[in-house]
Amino acid sequence: MIPELGYGAAIVALGLALWGAVAAALGERTGRPALLLSAQHAAVGVFVLVTACFALLTYAFLTFDFSVRYVATNTNLGTPFYYRITGVWGALEGSIILWTWMLALYTLIVILRHRESARELYPWVLTVMLGVLAFFLLVITVAAPPFARLSPVPADGRGLNPLLEDTGMITHPVALYLGFTGLTVPFAFAMAALCTGRVGDAWITMTRRWTIVAWYFLSLGLLIGGWWSYHVLGWGGYWAWDPVENAAFMPWLTATAFLHSVMIQERRRMLKLWNLALVILTFGLTLFGTFLTRSGVIASVHAFTQGTIGAFFLSFLALVMLSALGLLAWRWEALSAQGALDSVVSRESVFLLNNVMLVAAAFTVFFGTVFPLLSEALRGVKVSVGAPFFNQVNVPLFLGLIFLMGVGPLIAWRRATVDNLRRNFLGPVLTGVAAATFFFALGVRSALAVLTLALTVFVAATIALDFARATRARARLGEPLLPAMGGLLRRHNRRYGGFVVHLGILIIAVGVTGSQAWSVQTETTLDRGQSAALAGYRVRFEDLTASEESNHFKVAGTFTVSDGRVLGVLRPAKKFYPQEQSPIAYVDYRLGLREDIYLVLGDFARDGSRATVKFQVNRLVSWIWIGGLVLTAGAGLAILPETKRTA
Amino acid sequence: MSRRPWRWLIPLAALPVLALLAYGFRVDPRAIPSPLVGRPAPGFTLTAFDGTPLGLEAQRGRVVVLNFWASWCYPACYEEAPVLERSWRAYRDRGVLVVGVDIQDTVEAARKFMRDFGLSFPNAPDPTGKVSVDYGTYGVPETFFLDRRGRIRAKHVGALTDEVVRTHVERLLAEPAS
Repeated sequence: MIPELGYGAAIVALGLALWGAVAAALGERTGRPALLLSAQHAAVGVFVLVTACFALLTYAFLTFDFSVRYVATNTNLGTPFYYRITGVWGALEGSIILWTWMLALYTLIVILRHRESARELYPWVLTVMLGVLAFFLLVITVAAPPFARLSPVPADGRGLNPLLEDTGMITHPVALYLGFTGLTVPFAFAMAALCTGRVGDAWITMTRRWTIVAWYFLSLGLLIGGWWSYHVLGWGGYWAWDPVENAAFMPWLTATAFLHSVMIQERRRMLKLWNLALVILTFGLTLFGTFLTRSGVIASVHAFTQGTIGAFFLSFLALVMLSALGLLAWRWEALSAQGALDSVVSRESVFLLNNVMLVAAAFTVFFGTVFPLLSEALRGVKVSVGAPFFNQVNVPLFLGLIFLMGVGPLIAWRRATVDNLRRNFLGPVLTGVAAATFFFALGVRSALAVLTLALTVFVAATIALDFARATRARARLGEPLLPAMGGLLRRHNRRYGGFVVHLGILIIAVGVTGSQAWSVQTETTLDRGQSAALAGYRVRFEDLTASEESNHFKVAGTFTVSDGRVLGVLRPAKKFYPQEQSPIAYVDYRLGLREDIYLVLGDFARDGSRATVKFQVNRLVSWIWIGGLVLTAGAGLAILPETKRTA
Repeated sequence: MSRRPWRWLIPLAALPVLALLAYGFRVDPRAIPSPLVGRPAPGFTLTAFDGTPLGLEAQRGRVVVLNFWASWCYPACYEEAPVLERSWRAYRDRGVLVVGVDIQDTVEAARKFMRDFGLSFPNAPDPTGKVSVDYGTYGVPETFFLDRRGRIRAKHVGALTDEVVRTHVERLLAEPAS
C-alpha cells in the first residue's frame, strides 16, 4: 500500500508540474494573474507531493519493506539505522528523488523570494523550474521508479554498497545535489531573460546570491567527495579524475567563471552574451554529469547503472541545449551590442582571461572524459584517459588562475597605469619572490612546488595589502582597529567574502601541492612484533583480531605508531561483506597539520602471525580540508544581504 | 532581423556532442571479452543442495549452461531464474544440461530462492569460492556456455533472456559432437 501511495504521489506531482509550467507561461502571455497563481499553487503541490514520496521511501527503508525492489537492493536486516536512512539516496532511484525534492524546495524559495521582486521574469522562471521538475518526475514515474515491486519477496535484502557506509556518503550527495539543483535557478532566470528579451542586468543581480549558494554547495560536495575518497577507498588520494568526479568538476569550473564574469557585466555592461552562454553551459554540464553517472556510457568506479534512463537524460539534455542556444541565437541582436575593452592591462581583461582559462580547463576535462567514447566511435579502439593527461593539461591552467587571483581584485578597471600597478603589486611580487627564495633555501627542489607556493604567497600578500589599506583608511577616520576591520567585512561583504574564498582556495592549493610533492609510502609484510620505518615514524605490528559485526565480518590489525615516543594505536581492517566478492578496506589514520599517518591492511596470515600493511605518510593533506572550512566562511560572508552603503 | 543568419548555427554546434553521447549507448564500456572463451572449461566437483555429487567430467558430450548466481542478487538473478528453469525444461531432452553454482550465499537463503522459483535443474553451493575464482567471475549473475567437447564457447554477464539462451544453445547443439 505504501509503495502505491508513493507512486501515485509522483504521478500527481508530474501532472501538477506540467500544468504549472504551461500555466505560468500562459499567464505571462495572456496577462491573466489567475493562471500565474495557479502555477504557483501547482509548484507548492509538487513540493508537498515530492516530500511525501521521499518520506514514504524512507519509511519503506526503516521498516525493511523488501517487497520494494529498491529497498531490497540497498539495505538488509543488518544495515545500521542511520545507513538505512542515507541508503535512501544510496543508489539511482532514491538519489533522483532527493534531487527532485531539492529542486522542488528551490522552486518554493524562488516563489517566496521573487514573486514580487521579479515580476517580468518570474512567470518564465517558474515555467523553466517546473519544466525541469516535470522531467525529473517523469524519470521517477517511468525510467527509474523507486517504488517498483519485487516478487517473490526475499527474506533479506542485498544491503547497501559497503563503500557507502560512511558519514561522508551521508553528506556528499546532499551537498553536491544542492549545488547541482541550485544551478537550475540562474539557468531559469537566464531563460526568462531570453524569453522576455530583458537581457539586461536584472537577471544577473537577482541570481547573484543563488549562484554563490549553488557554487558553494558544489565546492563542498567536491571536497567531501575528496575526503570520502581519502579515508574510505584506501589509496591515499582524494582525486582520481574519475569520470564521475569530472562530471561534478566541470560545472564547478564554468560556474566559477560565471561568478567572475557577471562582475564585468554589472560594472561595465559587457559580456551579456557570454554570461548567458556560461549559464546555459553550466546547466548543460550538470545534466551531462547526471547523464554520465547514470547512463553507464562511460565506465567509472562509481557509475550507478545502465538502462533506459540514459536515453531519458540524453533526450532532455538535447532539448535543453538546443532550445536554450536557439533562444540565444534568436536574441542575438539585443545581446551583441556592448562595450569594448579599453586596454589589455585592466581588470576587465584579467577577468576575461580568468574566464578563458576556466572554460579551457572545463573543456579539457570534458575532452578527457569523453575521449574513450570518441576513440571507440572513430577508430574502434578502447582507450582510457588517466590522471597524467588531466594533470599535465590542468596544472598550468590552475597556476595561471592562482596568479590572476592575485592580479584581478587589485588592478584598475578600464586601464591600469604604471603607477597603479606599482602601488598594488610591487610589494606582493617582492614577497612572492622572497617566498620562492625562502622555500628553495629550505630545500624544496621541485620547481612546481616552489612556483605554487610562491604564487600562493603573492596572492595572499595582495589580499593582506588590500585589507590593511582599507582598514587604515577607516582607522584614520577615527574608528578603532578591530571595529574598523569588522565594519569593512560587513560593509563590503561581497568583496571580502570573495577574498576569504580565495584564501580558502590558496590553502587547498598548498595542501594539494604538498601531498603531491612530498608524500611517501611503503608496503611491507610484518611478523608479529616486527616494525616498519618510514619518514621518522615506526609502525609495529602487534596483533590481529577478528570480529562479527552487524552486517559483515571484520579482521583488524593492531599497529603501534611511534616517532621515538608512542603516538598511538591504529587499527586498519578488512571487512568481509557476504554480498561482496572482495573484502573492503577500512583505513585507519592519524591526521596532523604537517602530515597524516595512513595505514591500509593488506593480506594477512589466518593465524594472525603475519600481516602486510601499506604505510603512508601523506604531507599537508589536512590543509585541503582546512581550506574547505575557510572557503565556507568566505561563501557565508559573501551571501549576507548587502547593507546600505552610507559612506 | 535577417542579418547574421549564421547565428542559427550556434545551437547546431551542440549536435556532434549529443551524437557522440548517443553513440555511447551502443557500446558497453565493461564488455571486455573473457580470456577463457575457447579454452577447456575448468573442472570441478561440488556437492549439490540435494546431496548428490555434481561435476563436469561426467558431462562430456553434452552442451552445458553453467550459471553463477546468488540469492541476494537483485534484480538480475530474480529475472533470469525463470528463464533458466524454462530453458532446462525445454532443452533437457535434447541433451542440454543446466547447472547452477550458488556463490557467496547462505544455504537457507539459497534454498528459499530455489523453492520460490521452483528450480529443478542441478544446483550446488560453492562454499570455498574456488569454482567462481577458476571461472574468473567478478559478479553475479554470469553464465558460461560449454560445448560438447567441454570448452567454454561464450560468456554472458547479467541477466539471461530466453533469446540469449536459445541463440547460444542452438548454435552449440548444431555442432557435431567431436
